Amino acid sequence: MYDFLWLVPTLPFLGFLILALFGKKLGKTLSAFVGVGSIGISALITILIGIRFLSSPPEGDAFVQTLWTWIAVDRFNVNIALHLDALSLVFTFVITFVGFWIHLYSVEYMADDESFSRFFAYMNLFVGAMLLLVLGDNLLLLYLGWEGVGLCSYLLIGFWYKDSANGYAARKAFIVTRVGDAAMAIGLFLLFYSFGTLNIQEILTQAPQTWSVGNNLAVIATLLLLGGAVGKSAQLPLQVWLPDAMAGPTPTSALIHAATMVTAGVYLIARMHGIYELAPVSMFVVAIVGAATLLIAGFAGLTQVDIKRVLAYSTISQIGYMFLALGVGAWSAAIFHFMIHAFFKALLFLGAGAIILAQHHEQNMFKMGGLAKALPVTFWTFLIGSGSLAALPLVTAGFYSKDAIIWFAWSAEGGNIYLWAAAVFGAFITGFYTFRMVFVTFFGQQKIDVSHFPKWTIHVPLIVLAFFALFGGFIELPGTMGHFTLFSDFLKSALPAMEEVAHENVSLEYFSQILTAVLALVSVYLAYVLYLKKPQIVTNFTDTGFGKGLQQFFLSGLGFDWLYERLFIRPYVWIARTNKRDFIDLFYVFLPWMSRQFHYAFSYTQSGKVRRYILGIALGAVVSITIVVIL
Amino acid sequence: MSSISLNTGLVIASILFFLGFLGVMIRRNILFMLISVEIMLNAAGLAFIFAGASHNAPDGQVMFIFILTMAAAEVAVGLALLIQVYQKFKTLDSDAASNMRG
Repeated sequence: MYDFLWLVPTLPFLGFLILALFGKKLGKTLSAFVGVGSIGISALITILIGIRFLSSPPEGDAFVQTLWTWIAVDRFNVNIALHLDALSLVFTFVITFVGFWIHLYSVEYMADDESFSRFFAYMNLFVGAMLLLVLGDNLLLLYLGWEGVGLCSYLLIGFWYKDSANGYAARKAFIVTRVGDAAMAIGLFLLFYSFGTLNIQEILTQAPQTWSVGNNLAVIATLLLLGGAVGKSAQLPLQVWLPDAMAGPTPTSALIHAATMVTAGVYLIARMHGIYELAPVSMFVVAIVGAATLLIAGFAGLTQVDIKRVLAYSTISQIGYMFLALGVGAWSAAIFHFMIHAFFKALLFLGAGAIILAQHHEQNMFKMGGLAKALPVTFWTFLIGSGSLAALPLVTAGFYSKDAIIWFAWSAEGGNIYLWAAAVFGAFITGFYTFRMVFVTFFGQQKIDVSHFPKWTIHVPLIVLAFFALFGGFIELPGTMGHFTLFSDFLKSALPAMEEVAHENVSLEYFSQILTAVLALVSVYLAYVLYLKKPQIVTNFTDTGFGKGLQQFFLSGLGFDWLYERLFIRPYVWIARTNKRDFIDLFYVFLPWMSRQFHYAFSYTQSGKVRRYILGIALGAVVSITIVVIL
Repeated sequence: MSSISLNTGLVIASILFFLGFLGVMIRRNILFMLISVEIMLNAAGLAFIFAGASHNAPDGQVMFIFILTMAAAEVAVGLALLIQVYQKFKTLDSDAASNMRG
């Protein structure tokens, strides 16, 4: 079964090729079959491989399939090789499985779009590149996938290219992530310089022998890799691109900007955990970045009016949780939250897409309302997703994954009470803005009549994802409740476990859990009061000068765009403008000018008079004979 | 037959060569330029003959026959060009045919 691993990334690429070459001729039905089918078969193979992996793990808990040699120059050897271990299996499963449902959903969502097959071609290319990213056994292949998903993200954000704002958002996403990618590339050079190889497993085994804990090179390399992760995963300070990326079609937001691509940074850090452990400083920076991002994005999420932007900020915030978990060394908790987040955030985006479709493509929540009756399936599944995002206690999967992170933020080796407090406060904000969204969208007065009632292609993905958003959490229960650790046991072969440190203080853990649970419920109640029961409290507050300013500040994403505009964009544009006649160009302008002068000089001698030419020959002969005679 | 020394012979050949060369440079009429070129060729041939005679080798005469053949071919092409030039410019002045200046 393992030998079929190469098919998993190949099939989406094949689907992309067919759709890109023959998309126009195939028509919508066939395009949908190719686009959804390729991911479906990939998902099926992944599940079969996963069952095999669980029942009889391969030797050394990792299966490596070398397909061919990519580059071989002296010591520099890079193979196209796939590396399947517990970590990449979880990612592969989420990418293909969640990806399949999103593709199925897209069939209905994009049904009326003229570029139907182009959409599926991009989506298939994305899935293929993402699988390459998580399955690649060396950093160069990972980087190839990394850039591939960046390209697809760019193409899909700017999918409706006729609106220039979408093109702007696409360029912004591409350029901002490029900043991180440049750092990451330098990090890869540094790793190759230190170890002479880019193979991930070799680096991880060599690192503890070459570098001692706290080695400067280790710190620099991990910080550079963190730069790449921060760009891709929209963390502070490169988080500005994700809210604008919502310009793309909603299934894109679900697949790329919520479930998979934006978690590539989490994957990268988890994958390179061996060298991060050698750099405690970098680990601390990762935790700080995560904690700061989850708070900032949470605040920004409080005042958004566009339903997709609320979800975008919540995505940034939830990935902040994952970074926090990575930073304190709770590797498996981060991956667990990644998986659960992929389920409920994809669900929320798909639900939001169904709502947008039903409301004549209106995205402003405050123009909607009262949709609970009209769209019952969407409402209930959206409610489940929101509950999971807000981490409603006991019943939702999000509670178990987030609770683990919050507890580890305190109890883990790298954790402390401030990180814990940030995480708890972040959970409170999350619950508030999530249920603000639910109450505003689904309750109250219906303002726009429903234009599109979803069919089974939308309902089935919603229900399946809702199932996982609800029950996915039961594969990993905290120490206080049964101590059931199926997921982290599974990941133990790829990521170091850490529960020995964590479960010393049971009463503190109870306290942390009960506090988060109560705060989540309180936040929901607060949202209920402020946005359903007595909305005048909010309007009264935003009518005051301070309230209005604060609202604007949060709405703009805490002014990061404003700051970057002044810090980077304007000076850059100013330099570009003043240096329009590039001064380095002067040298290159001088070269053709000089050769042209030579040209004029020599063309003067070409008089057309034969006797002159003969004179020239005679003089030349005299000169050369003289030289010969003299020498 | 009294033999002429190689030196004298080469001097005669050089004089002939320079006469021809001067003719090519000074004359404007293409016909005369052609004739002058022939004189230069014959000067070269004469030098070969003298050299061959002084070495008692037949090579010089062989070379002369080559030069003669080459000269004949050259005159054929040259005269054809000359007729073309005359038809186009109605004159044999070489300076008139200076349309191809850079």
